[in-house]
This record gives sequence, C-alpha cells and structure tokens, in this order.
Amino acid sequence: MSYTKKDLVGMKDLTKDEILFILDQAEKFKEINKREVKKVPTLKGKTIVNLFFEPSTRTRTSFEIAGKRLSADTINFSSSSSSTTKGETLIDTVKNIESMNSDIFVVRHAYSGSVKFIAENTKAGVVNAGDGTNEHPTQALLDLLTIKEHKKKLEGLNVAIIGDITHSRVARSNIWAMNKLGINVKLFGPKTMLPKETAPFGCYIASNMEEAVEDCDVIMMLRIQKERMSTVLLPSDREYAKFFGLNKSKLKKAKGDCIIMHPGPINRGVELSSELADCKQSVILDQVENGVAVRMAALYIVANNI
Amino acid sequence: MSILLKGLKIINHNNIEEGNLLIEKDTIKGITKETPQAKETVDLSGLIAVPGLIDMHVHFRDPGLEYKEDIVSGSQAAVAGGVTTCLPMANTKPVNDNSTITKYMIDKAKECGLIDLCPIGAITKGMKGEELTEMGDMLEAGAVAFSDDGLPVMNSEVMRRALEYIKTFGSFIISHSEDKNLAGKGVIHDGKVATITGLKGIPAEAEEIMIIRDILLAKATKSRIHIAHVSTKGSLKLIKWAKEEGIEVTCEAAPHHFSFDEECLLDYDTNYKMNPPLREKEDLEAIVDGLKSGIIDAIATDHAPHHIDEKFVEFDNAAFGITGLQTLIPLTLKLIKNNKLTWQDFVRLTSYNPAKILNFSDKGELKAGKKADITIIDPDFTYIFDKNINKSKSINSPLFGKELTGIAKLTIKDGKIVHKM
Repeated sequence: MSYTKKDLVGMKDLTKDEILFILDQAEKFKEINKREVKKVPTLKGKTIVNLFFEPSTRTRTSFEIAGKRLSADTINFSSSSSSTTKGETLIDTVKNIESMNSDIFVVRHAYSGSVKFIAENTKAGVVNAGDGTNEHPTQALLDLLTIKEHKKKLEGLNVAIIGDITHSRVARSNIWAMNKLGINVKLFGPKTMLPKETAPFGCYIASNMEEAVEDCDVIMMLRIQKERMSTVLLPSDREYAKFFGLNKSKLKKAKGDCIIMHPGPINRGVELSSELADCKQSVILDQVENGVAVRMAALYIVANNI
Repeated sequence: MSILLKGLKIINHNNIEEGNLLIEKDTIKGITKETPQAKETVDLSGLIAVPGLIDMHVHFRDPGLEYKEDIVSGSQAAVAGGVTTCLPMANTKPVNDNSTITKYMIDKAKECGLIDLCPIGAITKGMKGEELTEMGDMLEAGAVAFSDDGLPVMNSEVMRRALEYIKTFGSFIISHSEDKNLAGKGVIHDGKVATITGLKGIPAEAEEIMIIRDILLAKATKSRIHIAHVSTKGSLKLIKWAKEEGIEVTCEAAPHHFSFDEECLLDYDTNYKMNPPLREKEDLEAIVDGLKSGIIDAIATDHAPHHIDEKFVEFDNAAFGITGLQTLIPLTLKLIKNNKLTWQDFVRLTSYNPAKILNFSDKGELKAGKKADITIIDPDFTYIFDKNINKSKSINSPLFGKELTGIAKLTIKDGKIVHKM
C-alpha cells in the first residue's frame, strides 16, 4: 500500500489503508527522534514553507522540527489573519511563494476549505495544518498513533470526544478517521457547540458527561475555541467546567485503563482539572511528541508524490 | 412596420394554440391561422411563443460597479435569456435611493433600447435601515417598488413605517427576509453539509423569522409585501398561511433554489455560494410544489454578476450570488420536462403573474392590443453555455461551460427584434 496524492488535505479524503500507511510510516520515523543525532537526509534540498495565516505555536513548531529533522529547508511565513489584509489574494500569495521553487506548503488558515483551494491551485505539495473548523489531519493522525501505542489496537475501541464539536477541526478529522477505522465514537458537548445536523458524523450523541465517558477506552477533551465562537454559546467557564469538564469523579465511569487526550493548549480547570491533565492516564505530552513523527511522515509521503 | 411570426405554438397562462402572431408597430395586432401580408415574415415553425419574460429581481451593478455588469451588458444578457423587462435592485454604488439615480438607470436602459428597465428603489437612505427614502419622488421618476435587498431592514419600526408610507402611493415593499443576527457569519445552509465541510451555517429560521415579521407588519398596515427569493419549506408554509388569511403577500423563487441543493457545496465551489443559500432536498421539492400550487407567484433570477476575482478566493471571502438571466429558461424547462410544471405554469410564473404584481396591464399575455414583448423558445436546442452564448460581463455560474437544453431563439421588445440566435 502506498499514498499517491500530492497533498494531505483532510481525513475525509483518505481510505482506511491510506491512514494506516501514514501511521506505519510515522512509527518508523519516531525512532529517529529518539536518536542522539535527530536528523536524516531524507528531504535534503527540499524547501518547505510553513504558510500560517492564523496564529499557532505548537503546530508550526512541530512541523518546523519535522522538516528540519528530515534535512529540508523550512521557512516560516506568518500573516496576522490573511493575505487579503494587504490587498493581495490568497492565491497570488501562494503563487509568489511557489515561484521561489518551494516544494511543500504547510498551510494553516482561518477559513474552512481554504487549504483544498490552495492545493488545487499550486503544483507544490500541500499539507493541511488546520483550515477553519474543517480539518486538522495531522492532529488526528498523531491522536491515532498515540491511541494505537497505548491500546495496541484501534478497531473496536470506545472513544468519547467531548467539548466544542462544532468549532473543532480536530474533532472533525478524528471523527472521519475513526469511523473508517472501526472505532466507536461518542460525542458530547453543550448543544450550542454541536452542529444542528449531527447525522453526517454517524456517531452516538451522549446526553450527559456520565453517559459520554461510560465504558470508554479513550476520552478526548477538546479545547473551547474561544477565538472562533460567538459570545452567546456559553454562560461561563465555571458552568462549562461543572457540566462539560472532566474531573476525577466523572472519570470513574470510564474503563480503569482509559487514557485522557487533549489537543492543547488546555484551559486548565475548564475542560480538564489539573489533577487529570497531569495524571498517569493523561497522554497529552505523548500526543505532542508523536506530532513530530506524524508530520515527518506526512512531509516525506507528500514530498515523494510531487 | 409589421412583422408576422409564423408557425408558432402560442402559449398564454390560460391557453395554448397553434398559429401566427401579427405585430404592428409595438403592439400585438392579433393571433391568426391566416397568413396576412406583413413587411417582414419570420418562419418559426415548431417553436414556442410566450409573453416576454419579466424578471422581478436582477442586479445590474450600474452605477458604480460596472466592471461586474452595466445596464448595457445586463440588457444584452436579459434579451439573450428571453427577458424583456427587468427590475434591478437598489444596491448600486451609490445606492438607488433618490430620483436622480432612478432616472439615470431608466435613461441609460432606454438609450440601449433592449429592455424595459424598472428600478427598485431603496427603502431607506443608503440602505442603512434608518431613514425612509423619498419613495413618491422615485416612483414619479420610474421606480416600481422598494427594497433594501441584501441589507434587510432589521428595525421592525422602520419596516412598519415603510409599509404604511408606500400604501399612499399604491406601490409595495420587497422583503429580503433575513435575520442578520441569526445568520451571523454563515456562508451556506445550516444543515448536514455545514457539518461535513466545517463551513458556517445560515439557519432556515433566519429567513422564516423575517418572513413572518414582514407578513405580520403587512397585515397590521394593510399594505402589500413581496417576499424575495424564498428558499425554505417553512417559508412557504408561512406564506401559504398569510395568503389564506387574506394578507396581501406575493413571493418569488429563483431558478437556482429549485435546481440545486446544499449537496452541491460539498466541494467548496464558490459558484454555488448564494444568499439565501442552497437548502436541503426537501426545501427544493417544496419550492417546486409551490411553483405548481400557486403559493409562489413568480420566478425571478436574482441575477447577481460578480467578477471572477471575487469568486476565485477562499469560500468565506467569496461574494454571494450567481448570474441567472440566461439560465432561467433551461432551468425552468427542466421542470416542464420532468412533468413538474406545464407550459402554462411557465407563462404564469415568468410573465403573467409578475405583470399583475407590478400592475403592468399591457404585459404578461400574448393577445391583441398587448405590448409586442415576445419570447420565442426552442425547448430542444442543446448547447454549451460558454463565452459565445454568455452576454453578461460575468461568468459566476456553476452552469458556465455546461451543456444546457432550451434557449430563447428570438426576443422581441416593443415589436422590434432585439435578440436573434
């Protein structure tokens, strides 16, 4: 099995075999990150441009480290919101940077569908680093790699994704991928943070926290996307923590070996109590570590297809 | 000057007959089986004659945004689409909120001489939703109705006063029904495709809430309201109720809302981005039923030309709207071919009813004494809708480059051939 696309835009577009292939590659790359000299010449001579039209620290750093460990030249381009702030269209910006013979664009953008739009209009390979509320495929892949490492399997697991589902590209990418991999997904969050139509997700919608976490192998808490929501979705952080946050007593409903995940950054005490964020069941830092391996795999695979 | 159009199937809202149409000067002289002498005789055997189409909702972008469309190119697109009367909306730049601009638009259209252009004036100055425009003065200049289309009047008090005031002059208000707060930053329908694509949704209720508000205000003021581009099943239920109550309400639907549904947006194609957005399948079916049952009074295109650069951007940044004048006939004929509508329904929806709503007593029918505004349709003509066919300055239509069936072969305005293909 291989991956033949020049882009990685979303989990929605991938087959089960393609997902497993990328995870398999990521597992191989993970070993490099544990070496004393964490660098291989795999992408030497390739130019990777991180096109970030939206603020990001961890994802951009993770991609930059991934590129550098593969010996690619990585360049960061940041714009406060979008290229249009200077009057230039998004595609003109992309075409200009493409003209400098860039090989891969890693793109984050505030609008859903914008990365697909770029991918369709550039010869360079494109990796989606998050587009609006649509997808964040490498986050889903690193989540899956982390789950696989801890649970030794993917199919048949019970996963709860809890929080701001509507505004979460992480949730969407995970839902599309997990459905394909035979993982049972439950969703829960305030009704103001669930889409009007949840049927396309094909997931069970829990009616309270207890039901959501019951019998779970994995609980994935989402960050409240404060920057993406209107002000009328929640009365207060305090109320959110009380009814939708995860704490020790709610966790008791889950399986004893249930792992806790969070894409970060955590709003401590809101989505997750600090006690749980830092407990043994928390795999949050493993997710961050796996992010580099997954992104190395994504860059490597895309580079081979351009 | 006389013209004889020979061998036609002549369709009115209430009958169909085979015959010849005799035109003298700008008027229909009569329908006959005979072949009277005429200065010009055109053999149109096998084709269909309908009254010149009246499009109650277009955007011609003139004055101010002529790079998208101007009154000349808009008129050319209209007659190529079989449309002989157009009502351009007021969201020009500057806004058509005074008689000087109204007059400019009419004069430019007259100079071009292809269509009757009947401007819709703004309800409020600058379409800001605050102060009423000089509606009487604009009516005198040639405006026919009033709307802040695209920028709905959110203040209910202002809408009430507009309805009260216009009653004095016997005209009416056109409502772009959208609760802007509820629509928020939505770009497509709030349904399953919004869930799948992550694009922000506009709930159906954003339309329905404003429709019921405006219906109730029309009831309270005993004034007349016309609901623009109805797109949801719920909206039609509200309008049906209002009609049964005897409230003076009429409405229109756009061809794209009875031809496409939200699933077209799964690929983020900005040519399907429009406001109101493409809704669900059951909404589409309700619109088709509404056209047949008479709840919907008119088909109007909401022809909304945009420059290619305004669509070739991120979906959220793309302009709302598609061109529609030249796809009105093929899209509506699909309903006839699928036995959803008859030819008589077509005439009722595209000319007879619009003429009645607008009090155009000389239009909407093919009979002796009526204005010679005539559209000759070849329902079986198949072609690619490309740059050779398209007369608009803009190509923002998902149908551009696609194969269509049905076209206006000949368009006659005031007894003169203004389009021939």
